[in-house]
Amino acid sequence: MPEETTATRPGDAALNSGLGRVLLLVYGVFALSASARALVQISTHFSEAPLAYVLSALAGLVYIAATVGLARGGPRGRRIALISCTVELIGVLVIGTLSVLDRGDFPDATVWSDFGSGYGYVPLVLPFVGLWWIWRHKPE
Amino acid sequence: MNGPLSVATIVAALVLAAWYLLRAALDRAPSRFDLLAAVVLTALVVVLVVVAVIGLFDGDRPADTGTFAGYLITTIAFVPTALVLAKMEPTRWGSVILGVGCLILPVLVLRLQQIASVAGA
Repeated sequence: MPEETTATRPGDAALNSGLGRVLLLVYGVFALSASARALVQISTHFSEAPLAYVLSALAGLVYIAATVGLARGGPRGRRIALISCTVELIGVLVIGTLSVLDRGDFPDATVWSDFGSGYGYVPLVLPFVGLWWIWRHKPE
Repeated sequence: MNGPLSVATIVAALVLAAWYLLRAALDRAPSRFDLLAAVVLTALVVVLVVVAVIGLFDGDRPADTGTFAGYLITTIAFVPTALVLAKMEPTRWGSVILGVGCLILPVLVLRLQQIASVAGA
């Protein structure tokens, strides 16, 4: 079995290759888990914490958009990913802070509560990695 | 759901995760062996899910059967998805994809156990 060659990618490699594909997997997982969670929350006990559940659904949509943007690549995909990762960063910081300060409005958890502590703080780290990756792929 | 099968799956996934991430650190793309190992892991997950589905039909159903079924589908599809992405990425990042996938799989299995342990009426 010959040892596989390790191809090095050119500097202008596509947004959806290399680390971009790893991000695609992770964003895909969050797109699925956040929206499925929101769906269960909204369909079974919406009245308990409407604000938290609406934000849950919003988080799901943001992750879906980011996943689509990363998968598409190109200028258009980059713009979609850039916008959704920015919203994601603002979302995790604002909702993280609010959920720590005021438990009353957030009686039930969303992906972004407590800065994503329920998800190993991955939701907090992910937008930084995502934005850095998108930033590196500035169109000339 | 809480049997030795899930423990074996979790341990196998974690060992593979360490291996894949080591390969990535050494700047290696997934080899044939690495891809085959992921297929074997998938087979283990398939057995686990089949056992869980049989349990649904003749045991106590989890209180949240819908969520449980959703997790079962996600769990069975997860490693194959990572595998497809890894095959598209014949660089060190392909190894990272497999490594990350093998770190997420134990979380899915643990969630399945959690949901299953809350038996419904």
